[in-house]
Amino acid sequence: MASGKEIRSKIKSVQNTKKITKAMEMVAASKMRKAQDRMRAARPYADTIRRLAANLSAATISDYKHPFLATVGQIKRVGIIVVTTDKGLCGGMNTNVLRLALNTMKEWEGKGATEIRVAAIGNKGLGFMQRMGAKVVSQVTQLGDTPHLEKLIGPVKVMIDAFQAGELDAVYLSFTRFINTMKQEPVLEQLLPLTGDRLGTPEGTWDYLYEPDPQVVIDELLVRYVEALVYQSVAENMASEQSARMVAMKAASDNAGNVIGELQLVYNKTRQAAITKELSEIVGGAAAV
Amino acid sequence: MAMTVHVDVVSAEEKIFSGLAEFVALPGESGELGILPGHTPLITRIRPGEVRIKVPNQATDELIFVAGGLLEVQPGLVTVLADTAIRGHDLDEAKANEAKRLAEEALANRQAGVDYAAAQAELASAIAQLAAIQKLRKRH
Repeated sequence: MASGKEIRSKIKSVQNTKKITKAMEMVAASKMRKAQDRMRAARPYADTIRRLAANLSAATISDYKHPFLATVGQIKRVGIIVVTTDKGLCGGMNTNVLRLALNTMKEWEGKGATEIRVAAIGNKGLGFMQRMGAKVVSQVTQLGDTPHLEKLIGPVKVMIDAFQAGELDAVYLSFTRFINTMKQEPVLEQLLPLTGDRLGTPEGTWDYLYEPDPQVVIDELLVRYVEALVYQSVAENMASEQSARMVAMKAASDNAGNVIGELQLVYNKTRQAAITKELSEIVGGAAAV
Repeated sequence: MAMTVHVDVVSAEEKIFSGLAEFVALPGESGELGILPGHTPLITRIRPGEVRIKVPNQATDELIFVAGGLLEVQPGLVTVLADTAIRGHDLDEAKANEAKRLAEEALANRQAGVDYAAAQAELASAIAQLAAIQKLRKRH
């Protein structure tokens, strides 16, 4: 059995760990609220653009079909934007989203995809994709606590350009969806071509005046829409990160508390055993005299 | 009461303004635009500049700086999609190239493996040595 001093130092070190995890839990809790607000703040923009895009495609130009709105035939060459966190210690959320992405990539390969390009947003995904030997064509890391659209324009543009040039048949977006504080879910969605509910339905047709011309306007609008979708996924990922970290750190603090309790018990037992031993020795010695 | 129109100004990062206005002035792609209630439907790009919104029963106008974006006018609704970053073809291109370069760099570093940092340190010290040698030579 370990000596009393050893156990004491062990208890001390677990206590320190607990202090750290407790502090991280509280930091994550306060950041989480802000991250959630930011996530909600990003919604009106995406909604507005979606509405506008729907109106536009209804109001005009049957002769101009934007490549983002085309329908895909067979998907051979795929791009995937993987959104992860920069830092660890946030439970299994990065592992889950990366596992989902990797499995889907394998599935595509099984179906005969010839090329898969990856855009990594966040350090964890970048490192993982490189270890896996995926073709990482663009990346951005060190986003900090506030997502800025400015930082995302570059990596997203690499994908958009490849799609527009016909080098990619489809682009997917993978991130962790924030459901509530206790629950986050890895998702992988099709980003390009824009499909389903992302297009929305027009609310009426107006005869718009266009400046400078319809094509330019719709081009700009759709690029911004795609960026807004990516931005929103990053904002959502950050909210998920903070709540996942808060939960993970809370579990760590609780576990540290349990460990301390157990160690304390062991320590008390050894101390008591030592006292009993000493006493019995004294008694034995006295009896001998 | 004067006629009003509903105005929304949103950026990707937040909702900036939402409410009724008597008049909106902003820098359009092809010139300064002034929009009154009942304006014809219009979609245009806007240049970086100031959006001025005249709010009813408010002495001072709301001033919002936008770094470009898009404007949509519908009957009864004006929407400004504001950019948070200054946009331009070259600027976007530069950002895309930067993102690509970073990815390539990271890939190159990975191939070099763990020794990369050591090699870099060695290179730095070699450069310093060379510089020192050159200085000494100049002195003699």
